[in-house]
Amino acid sequence: MKQLVILSGKGGTGKTSVTAAFAHLASSVDSPVKAILADADVDTANLELVLAPQVLERQDFWGGKIAKIDRDTCNGCGICQQVCRFDAIHLDAFIYEVDPIACDGCAACVYQCPEGAITMELQLAGEWFRSESLYGPLFHAALTPAQENSGKLVTLVKQNARLLAMDESYNMVLVDGPPGIGCPVISAASGADVALIVAEPTAAGVHDMRRVLQTTEHFGVEALVCINKADIHPLGAAEIEAFCREEGIQLVGQIPFDLSVTEAMVQGQTVTSFAPESPASQAIQEIWVKVMNLVLGGP
Amino acid sequence: MIIAVASGKGGTGKTTVAASLAATLADNEQPVFFQDCDVEAPNAHIFLKPGIDLRVDVNILIPQVDEALCTGCGRCAEVCEFHAIVVLAGKPLVFSEICHGCGSCTLECPEKAISENPKPLGILEGGHANTQIRFAHGLLNVGEPMAVPVISQLKKWQVPHQREVVVRDSPPGTSCPVVESIRGADFVILVTEPTPFGLHDLKLSVQLTAELGIPTGVIVNRDGVGDTKVDDFCTEVGLPILMRIPLERKIGAGIAKGDLLTEIYPAYEDRFYQLFEKIEGILVERGDKQ
Repeated sequence: MKQLVILSGKGGTGKTSVTAAFAHLASSVDSPVKAILADADVDTANLELVLAPQVLERQDFWGGKIAKIDRDTCNGCGICQQVCRFDAIHLDAFIYEVDPIACDGCAACVYQCPEGAITMELQLAGEWFRSESLYGPLFHAALTPAQENSGKLVTLVKQNARLLAMDESYNMVLVDGPPGIGCPVISAASGADVALIVAEPTAAGVHDMRRVLQTTEHFGVEALVCINKADIHPLGAAEIEAFCREEGIQLVGQIPFDLSVTEAMVQGQTVTSFAPESPASQAIQEIWVKVMNLVLGGP
Repeated sequence: MIIAVASGKGGTGKTTVAASLAATLADNEQPVFFQDCDVEAPNAHIFLKPGIDLRVDVNILIPQVDEALCTGCGRCAEVCEFHAIVVLAGKPLVFSEICHGCGSCTLECPEKAISENPKPLGILEGGHANTQIRFAHGLLNVGEPMAVPVISQLKKWQVPHQREVVVRDSPPGTSCPVVESIRGADFVILVTEPTPFGLHDLKLSVQLTAELGIPTGVIVNRDGVGDTKVDDFCTEVGLPILMRIPLERKIGAGIAKGDLLTEIYPAYEDRFYQLFEKIEGILVERGDKQ
């Protein structure tokens, strides 16, 4: 079983549209791929908006812990505030209080409090779901806004996708990644066989593509690049091509700017099902064939 | 005043808006302190082109155990919430990449066998984009998972002058790095696009700013694509739409090169100044009510 993760560095380059189209293409009757889908963008999950999932199972996600000071036991010594390196404890009208948003959950204050007045409380931080979507099983999640531990939730979503893939002999887990290069991206990329970077040929897009490629290299994940909206800035596309050539990274295709991608999204569909003949769909189809063969190690 | 520019969905135009707003204020003799808090994928420097003359490391303190003093009691591992220190066969092992640098193990070690060493997580860079724009951004080191300490150090690094308006560019999403970026702001501009993805993520962002209690307004970018549901939602929950930027090839091409909106169309200077005045108006009105 192989794991393919879609990443970008910069947000909004088209990761989810490409992932959803891949899911559609992988579901065709003659496809050699049988894929399970995982949405690893757990704070702003969008795959569910175009794959029409029926939720079969939902589970609470317990995230990190947060310190809580018992007012009756607290003697007001202030040691908790001194040891907190996250500026999470404030004196408010002679009462020490924990700012739940700043609290890192390290529990240093718990052990230093001479009165034993501080306890840690587990936080309900969201939910994760197992669904049946238009194009196969989908694992996705909803991190409550302002919550931490998105990396942990990403890992949970992916683990469950992998387990089902192994149980039911699927040969691919297709992971829609989050933007950036930090904790949720590292969780999304960990264990992946191949990362496909959806790059945008803009100055910002090229900058962030380099950062995410450094990240996949750091973790030893093989990376491929495709350029989305390639014709909006041909100079940028040429820069990406030159960069990939120099670095020995395979460029697997270019998708033209095409409003049918947005129209498909508005209809709640993937672009390849909504407008299969559109220029974007044709390009994505070619990219999919290449990526699929590379991931499966076929011809 | 601190204005943060954020969005749930990525690529909606946060940096374009934040940088164009900063440039407009600067042209109107209003000093600006620009903080790019998207330390994973910082882009504002591409648009504002600052000269960088200050650079500092962001470190956290990682434990180092003196094996001569360590008795292998395991108390350090017991108090570590992140399993970043474990004791195997009487020997402590530190996993620095998952350590949060909280110092709990150091404080709890009964033998005082733990000291702490700085470990770099990223860097902060600062300078000036022009005489009126002070600029700072953070860069998370590649392979480092924790963005929040870099953002919080960036916010603390240089104190804004009283006359400066602080413009903060935030990362996408609604989780902890975004919270750290917008925390302490007086106003949040949420940039969205009128598509189902844009709307879905806007709703989450609005929950977030409501939880933090920060007044919020919306900018609709790529106006004209998609549908009208973002407008309907804003009307329904009473969120002001502060500006609309149309989907236009000339704008897209200019931004792709790293041009500000105000450079592509100088008329946007007036529109961004009006945006600033609207935000001031909203804050004054709120202040009057309280």
